[in-house]
Amino acid sequence: MYDYSDFDEAFVRRRADEFRAQVGRRIDGSLTEDEFRPLRLMNGLYLQLHAYMLRVAIPYGTLSSRQLRGLATIAERWDKGYGHFTTRQNIQFNWPRLIDVPDMIDALADVHMHAIQTSGNTIRNVTADHFAGAAADEIEDPRPIAELIRQWSSDHPEFQFLPRKFKIGITGATADRAVTRAHDIGLRMVRDEAGAPGFEVIVGGGLGRTPLVGKVIRAYLPKDDLLPYLEAIVSVYNLWGRRDNKFKARIKITVFENGIEAMREAVEAEFEQRRPKFADISAEVLAEIEHRFPKPLLTPQGEDGLAAAKTADTALRSFVDTNVTPHRVPGYGIVTVSLKAHGATPGDATSDQMRAMADLADEFSQGEIRVSHEQNLILPHVRLADLPAVHARLKAHGLATANVGLLSDIIACPGMDYCALATARSIPIAQGLATHFRDLGLEQEIGALKIKISGCINACGHHHVGHIGILGLDRAGVENYQITLGGDATENAAIGDKVGPGFAYDEVIPAIERLLRAYLALRLSVSEPFIEAFRRLGAEPFRAALYPDQAQTDAA
Amino acid sequence: MARAFTPKVVTANALLEGDVVYLTARRTWSRSHAEALLLTDEAEAAVRLLEASAQRDRVVGAYLADARPGPNGPEPIHFREVFRTRGPSNYPHGKQEATLAHV
Repeated sequence: MYDYSDFDEAFVRRRADEFRAQVGRRIDGSLTEDEFRPLRLMNGLYLQLHAYMLRVAIPYGTLSSRQLRGLATIAERWDKGYGHFTTRQNIQFNWPRLIDVPDMIDALADVHMHAIQTSGNTIRNVTADHFAGAAADEIEDPRPIAELIRQWSSDHPEFQFLPRKFKIGITGATADRAVTRAHDIGLRMVRDEAGAPGFEVIVGGGLGRTPLVGKVIRAYLPKDDLLPYLEAIVSVYNLWGRRDNKFKARIKITVFENGIEAMREAVEAEFEQRRPKFADISAEVLAEIEHRFPKPLLTPQGEDGLAAAKTADTALRSFVDTNVTPHRVPGYGIVTVSLKAHGATPGDATSDQMRAMADLADEFSQGEIRVSHEQNLILPHVRLADLPAVHARLKAHGLATANVGLLSDIIACPGMDYCALATARSIPIAQGLATHFRDLGLEQEIGALKIKISGCINACGHHHVGHIGILGLDRAGVENYQITLGGDATENAAIGDKVGPGFAYDEVIPAIERLLRAYLALRLSVSEPFIEAFRRLGAEPFRAALYPDQAQTDAA
Repeated sequence: MARAFTPKVVTANALLEGDVVYLTARRTWSRSHAEALLLTDEAEAAVRLLEASAQRDRVVGAYLADARPGPNGPEPIHFREVFRTRGPSNYPHGKQEATLAHV
């Protein structure tokens, strides 16, 4: 885990003091809302539907046990005893009072955290593969590079007023768990012919109003060239990006309108200009960061009785089979702890649950916790022999749901239950789907499935890349849900297609049930997941299941 | 022809805790939609909104929302405004747990 330097500490403290003074001036009336709004947004403070919301950055989704305890305390002391983990690996507190926010920010600084650049048209929190440093399919842990990017982008004077927000996602693994193709810049570690690790640089991906899969701007970039190259991309975008139209201001539109070739040419030219200024600096700083990022020392282990314990305990067996991923070190596993208990709000964890996770991390996982963009928590380095003990403890805290990768492991944005931008609710749709299919007893039979729900076109719930995407809209003053099919968030990134008219709130769950019953009837075998059946058969049979009345009309 | 004016209430969020508030006939702010002043005259609505927006040390983001008369006072029309009168649907938080009080 990265260990803050004195510089980081001083920077965060200075910003906390500055914001305290700004809040004071807002409350005493010296600052108007128009003056205060950009200042609060620079510090992650939004005004939502029912209350303020503080969005806290969790750099590359990595938390120490001490930090998670800090978040638990903040939730309890100044919020309602829970936090909401988001699809950008951040945490949001939904009920802070304005007057308390400076104290919350101080408490964050105490555990080396902050809310800077979690809003506004800046480079946002860098997200990473949540299995980084633990995954068996990884070239290198990408987090030292992510930290380098965090330091470079924090308070970068050239990039505080970009045309629009800017998101960077990074992975060091073959399997893309960081949705790199749906980021403004996606970085995938690859090796050159000599075997040296570098990056495939993807640009112009993004969901939202105009969903686009990113394009490769550089097939291989040596690690040492990363910062000048990133700076070249962002500076070209800073000049070319459209400030005349908010809906066309993201870099995906810049790339789309100018073409990847023109973009590449301009970026390469800018890169040559900037590169000398970074000579040796990147390498030096990276070496320092790597030094502050000690790798846990893990030695191969046996399984010591796990097999027997699984045979004896079916709940444990199902948990291990569903929620545990192979680790790079034999005898260890990566444990995904689901924040999607059936009927619960996706991504929410209570203070007690956060503390339980922190304790488990200390005892069993090198003191480390990860947050996934799929809104779950991860214990990245658990001995397989410890799984029965970990499972028992998780169970005691309502954290042992064995549903990772299944139907109820749904991504859902806060939607109109909290968000001022939302056009419809997302959370109750997710809750309803999870409990409905559990009650039907169909979840295990349906198997691997990604359902993703957004409560507005901005697509925080990643609905475009869900196998089944659900988008909540306001149609003439009534909640209406559009269903898309065939999206994919992995290295085979694809945008799902709309298959027909939207559904009323009460019609969504029955529609998804018809769709999935059709899948069960059509699949070749239990080993053909929904997404593969969809690719083999195309949208037609699924459309017919979603719109049976229309199918009858067509046949008539 | 311009569209006929439909009744409105002035609503905003309280500066200190962000809770939804409504402008009353006494020009105070209430947490309860039923206590809102129902504005049926377009010019008066515009003036009340301006006055409300000027109270920058008390409320944020004042706007006019459609409403209709009801047995206990004005009622919201759009579902977003209905949600704003009670809070989120996943927990009993917000107005649904709070006792009514004036700003």
